[in-house]
Amino acid sequence: MTLTPQQHAAAAREAGHVAYQHCERCGARTAYLRVVCPVCGSTDLTFHHSAGRGVVYSTTTLHSREGARDVSLVDLDEGVRVMGTVVGVDPDAVRIGAAVQGRLDDGGDEPRVVFTLEADG
Amino acid sequence: MADPLRAAVAIAGVGEAGIGIAPEGSTPLDLIGEATAVALDDAGLATTDVDALFTASAYYGMPNLNVGEYLGIRPRFSDSTNLGGASFLSHVGHAAAAIVSGLAEVALIVYGSTQRSDGGRLKSVAESFPDEQLYAPRYPVTQYALAAARHMHEFGTTREQLAAVAVAARDWGRLNPAAFARDPLTVDDVLSSRMLSAPLTVRDCCLVTDGAGALVVTSAERARGLRGAGGGAIFVLGFGEAHWHRSISQMPDLTVTAATDSGARAYAMAGVGPGDVDVLELYDAFTINPILFLEDLGFCGKGEGGPFVAEGRTSPGGTHPVNTNGGGLSYCHPGMYGIFTLIEATRQLRGEAGDRQVPGAEIALAHGNGAVLSAQSTVILGTDAAA
Repeated sequence: MTLTPQQHAAAAREAGHVAYQHCERCGARTAYLRVVCPVCGSTDLTFHHSAGRGVVYSTTTLHSREGARDVSLVDLDEGVRVMGTVVGVDPDAVRIGAAVQGRLDDGGDEPRVVFTLEADG
Repeated sequence: MADPLRAAVAIAGVGEAGIGIAPEGSTPLDLIGEATAVALDDAGLATTDVDALFTASAYYGMPNLNVGEYLGIRPRFSDSTNLGGASFLSHVGHAAAAIVSGLAEVALIVYGSTQRSDGGRLKSVAESFPDEQLYAPRYPVTQYALAAARHMHEFGTTREQLAAVAVAARDWGRLNPAAFARDPLTVDDVLSSRMLSAPLTVRDCCLVTDGAGALVVTSAERARGLRGAGGGAIFVLGFGEAHWHRSISQMPDLTVTAATDSGARAYAMAGVGPGDVDVLELYDAFTINPILFLEDLGFCGKGEGGPFVAEGRTSPGGTHPVNTNGGGLSYCHPGMYGIFTLIEATRQLRGEAGDRQVPGAEIALAHGNGAVLSAQSTVILGTDAAA
């Protein structure tokens, strides 16, 4: 069965992974899965799972009645950027450039990938 | 050779209605109607003269149909390009293309919202970003906070410099009797306000108000011959638009916007550069925005926007007056602000801006931003002498 891009992404999340696509023509990669390459327009795309390692590209602490939480953009080692959240640490302690590792969070309404700081990050 | 679109059309009339808090019970269409009537009177034209209609809305799925019906306008050219708050600057360019090509003669560009009276919720078309919604960013402040945080990291921009943008806007707004927020504001006030999405406090964010704005655009030749109530035609010297992404995770570099492209296109058409601009109206939904646009439009180098503002260059009396009506941070912000950059630029060039008038302003740059730094549209306006 051929999965749609969004089905690929959802299947990866259920396994605790971020999916990305690789363009077999120009080599461009993106974690926003689609049916055409956003760089060259090719439809010759393959879908992969990131190993989940990366660094924080930017970060904000979002304040609400429920408390403070982190929203970050993470640059994964495979060369793609995703939105995520860094957990297990005071959100104000998340720094741009910090090394992070993704893992499955299946405690919410939908499975998703969350990030933790690497020990020496 | 000059671009055939340079100074081919002019803004012949401007109008506003319901700025701040609209009369109780007003609908967005009521405000649009009132702003239109003011703008057409300003131009010396009537709804029966309008043959091209431009609008964008978060209220109506097919806004040209609602607005055309309400005003009794049956356009032969109709465009509801929706680039968020940048839409109306793009509409100026699209109207120029339509008028120059003979598809229309008189364009009405109009927007209205009762966002504040509706409870202050940001109206926005239901849309899901599956890769982002799992992390529940608070749209759009979280996205702008991420851009601000990255700018601080790369260039050493400080929260105080961001706050200086809000203070400069307020200092201008205090000179404008029509501004919604006119209380004194200090850097400390901004820094100590409620934190929404770090580094942005509630005072780093635009107002939530009601309001409507309208522009009448026609050929330069026709505009010169009009005898309206207003202060004369203001010419469209150049325009440019650009967009590169929709969701913030797809923005290639959070410190560089597509204003680099829209601005370059507008300057090229106008045959002017940043050094020729006397007054700037830069869409300030958040304090990081004018910093990015000052850089991307060439008024200072990349990374220099924070000190540029903090030194007072954009404040009243500064070398580069920015957001002279008070901007989205202090004048009004009814969901989309773009049209108000054009209205204020027009008033400045007409010399009718009262206590906030920039003396001798001949060339103005108006810049619109849409969604999450996604769409960028730039319009350069000039007096008859500059045209």
